[in-house]
Parts: sequence; C-alpha cells; structure tokens
Amino acid sequence: MPDSFQLEIVTPEKLVVRDNAEEAQIPGANGYIGVLPGHAPLITELGAGEISYRSGGQLHRYATAWGFAEVLPDRVTVLAETVEPAEQIDVSRAQQSLTKAEDALKSAQTEEEVSNDLADVRRAQARIEVAENKNRSA
Amino acid sequence: MANILDIRRRIRSVINTRQITRAMKMISAARLRRAQERALAARPYAQMLTNVLKSLVSRADTYDQETGEPLHPLLVRRSEQNVLLIVVTGDKGLAGAFNANILKAATRFLDSKRGKNVEILAVGRKGRDFLRRRFRTAEPRTVEAGTTETGTTENRKADGTSESQVTLVGEHVGVLNKIDYSLASEISENVIKRYTHAEIDSVYLVYNEFKSVISQRIVVEQILPVEHIGAPEIAQASEMELKDKQRAIEAAKGAGVSLRPADTTEIDKAAAQFATAPVDYIYEQSPRQLFRSLLPKYVATQIFHALLESVAAEHAARMTAMESATTNAGDMIDSLTLSMNRVRQAKITREIIEIVSGAAAQQ
Repeated sequence: MPDSFQLEIVTPEKLVVRDNAEEAQIPGANGYIGVLPGHAPLITELGAGEISYRSGGQLHRYATAWGFAEVLPDRVTVLAETVEPAEQIDVSRAQQSLTKAEDALKSAQTEEEVSNDLADVRRAQARIEVAENKNRSA
Repeated sequence: MANILDIRRRIRSVINTRQITRAMKMISAARLRRAQERALAARPYAQMLTNVLKSLVSRADTYDQETGEPLHPLLVRRSEQNVLLIVVTGDKGLAGAFNANILKAATRFLDSKRGKNVEILAVGRKGRDFLRRRFRTAEPRTVEAGTTETGTTENRKADGTSESQVTLVGEHVGVLNKIDYSLASEISENVIKRYTHAEIDSVYLVYNEFKSVISQRIVVEQILPVEHIGAPEIAQASEMELKDKQRAIEAAKGAGVSLRPADTTEIDKAAAQFATAPVDYIYEQSPRQLFRSLLPKYVATQIFHALLESVAAEHAARMTAMESATTNAGDMIDSLTLSMNRVRQAKITREIIEIVSGAAAQQ
C-alpha cells in the first residue's frame, strides 16, 4: 500500500494545488469525507466547507463554496468553484456577509430565494469556521 | 511647395506617433501572452467538468424513459420565441476591425432571427455603445459601478406578442481587463434563472474565438438549450481572411509572440482521465442529482471560456493593428523625408542659379 496519493485542486481559473498528500478531508455534500491512500473509487459533490490535507506532516487548509471530487486509490482530484487558503480569509468580511445573508434569509419569500440565501449563509459560515480554525494544532 | 520647416515638423509628429503605436503594440503583445496563459490555465477545469458530465450522461437518464421528456430544465427545447444574445466585444477601440467584425456577425444573427423577440446582453463598452445607438434599451437597473444586471424585462404573456423586437437588456462594461470567473458565473446564473422560468427560449453567445494568433474566428455559439455536452452548437462562424492572417503573422513575429497554439496535450490527457477511470465508482449522490448540479456549472464555464478567448483575441487584434500603424508611420516618415530633401535641393539649386545669373548680369 502506498503511503501517499496525488492531490489536485482545480478551480475554473487555474490549477491551485498539485501535491503529494498522506491524508485529506473533503467536505462532501452529505458530510465530511476522510481520504487515506488506497481509498475506494468515489465521486461526490462538495458542499461549503473546508478542504484540508497533510503533506509531509504539514497541514494545508482551504475554504471552498461548491465543488466536485473524484477519489481514486492513488489520486484525488477536486474541482472547486472557489478555494481560499485559510490564512487569506478576512474574518470580519466573512462575518459581514454572514449577517447580510442571514437578513436576506429572513425576508426570503419564494422557495428559490430561501435555498439561495441558505447557500449564502452556509458559505459564509464555512469561511468563518475555516478561518477561526487556522491555529488548530497540526 | 511646402517649406522645409513645415515638413520637418510633420516628420517629428509622425515619429512621435510611431513611438506611441510601437509601445502600444508591445503592451498588447505582453497582455496577449498573459491572456493566453489564463485561457490555458482555465482548461483543466473545463475539460474535467465536460468529462464528468459526459460520463454521467451515460449513467444517468437525462431523458425520461417513457415520455422522452428531458429531466433537466436546461435540456428542454421550446419553440424559439424569445432569444437572448450575449455579445462579447472589447472595452476599447484601436484594435482594427475587432469590434466591428463581432458586431457585424451579431447584426447578421439578428437578421436571421427576424420575427422573434431578441434580447441582448452586451459585454464590453464598444459593443454596448453600438447596440445602444441601434436598439431600444430596457430600463437598466444599476447594481454596481459599471455593471447592470439583466433585469427581467416586462413579463411577456404566455401567448406572446407577434411583433418582433430587439432590446438591449443588460450590460457589463469595463470588466474585461480584470476578468474573473465570478463575472461568468453571475451572467450564467441570471441566464439560467430566466431560462428555467421560460422567459427566454434560447441563449446564444457571439464572440471572437481564439486558438492562436493566426487561428481565430467569430462564432455564434448556442449556450442553451444544451444540445451536446463537450461540443457546442455553432450557429454561425466566420474565419479570418488570408490578408489579416499575414498581417497577424508579421505582428506576432515582431513582438515575439508564438504563432502556434499552446501545447495542451499533457493537460488534456490528465483531464481526460478525470472521473472516467474504468472502475466502479461509489456515487455519494445519485448520478442524476450530480448531473443536475453540474450542468449549470457547465454553462458558466462555457461563458467564462468565451470571455477569456475574446480578451486574448482583442489584444491580438490590437497588436496587429498597431504593427500596421507602426509600419505605415515608417513609410510616411520615409516619403516625407524624401520630399523634404527635394525641397531643400530645389532651394539650393535656385540659390545657385540666382547667384550665377546675378554674376552673369554684372559682366
């Protein structure tokens, strides 16, 4: 069994990460998925949350809003609409957008509006969470 | 005959102009290179997304088995009554026939849709200005500086009025020099919303496709309904003319821009493997649900791709135009210098004649 796998994170604009990882956690739409080398082939949609992986003992963390991932025994590819390294998240701005999204949700009328606003709220929450966790021990 | 001073002044002015056009050419070349890199960097995502969708189509039923009805609103085909055309031009001029050619293609497309309601979304200042002069503008709702959202124009009745009209419903101006995915996703969300609510029956995109400096064409692409994943429906295309091609080659050589399209085989190969490994995947969500959430992203990617290529093409066109302007200025300097020398020579000759004949008269 190999002790690492190749991890790629791709956004519409560019290839963000290409690295060898020993383990990774991806925010599946139905809950977080932990990946170790040799994982069974899997395809999943990603929700708002944190993508983290360990490479050479170093923990890397990114916030994402929506994405899609393919897991293979030796390779994990993540298509993410946006990714943001945890260090670069502006917490106060994220807090603002959370308040805004929550207000919008309260006044939402149609089902469509509710689901859109709800997604905004989740996204803002995910960003705050990722940012606040940045000092979590590696 | 003009005097020497005047000609000299003109030469100086043309030299200054040449300096400017030459600088503009080099700037455009640098921007073109950057735009090409960005277009290249955007490829893996688009490729992978297309791949997943393709493989999902084979696993998930996209059409209802019994009724043959499409299972996704973006696949539904309706009779074309209300058409949305997205026109992508540049924000600035001095790029030769770049903007004019796109607008010509757009006009031709509008002619072919006569009798239908066509709404236009303009991306780029030049196209906006032209279209605003020609067509009626819907009440714009300004959202942010320089950006106007495609407002839902008057909700048409279901029976539809028969008279045809063209309306400019939205614009994105001054956004092309710092283009990012959020613009494309904003446009596509809007378009998708209106399409699913049956406010529009089809969406087309007219832009300048850019493979390399010498391989470009202006295309009208059908974005919605989605017909074939991975192979956009081209409604209309016009290739580059040979004369333009030659000029582009010269300009590219002078500016050190590669003529060949960038080598993407490696990226494409890697991307082609995405989600298509010959194994049984565990699907966390049902293929149908995945398909539903991926298809809108596919539309956004297509729009993003068009914007990126259009920007690259604009810089290439400007580079070529400025190369021609620089050459023309050089020619003009030569001919002005020639006539200046002639005038000077004529003056000297005249003076000699005057002296000689004056001396002869003394004798």
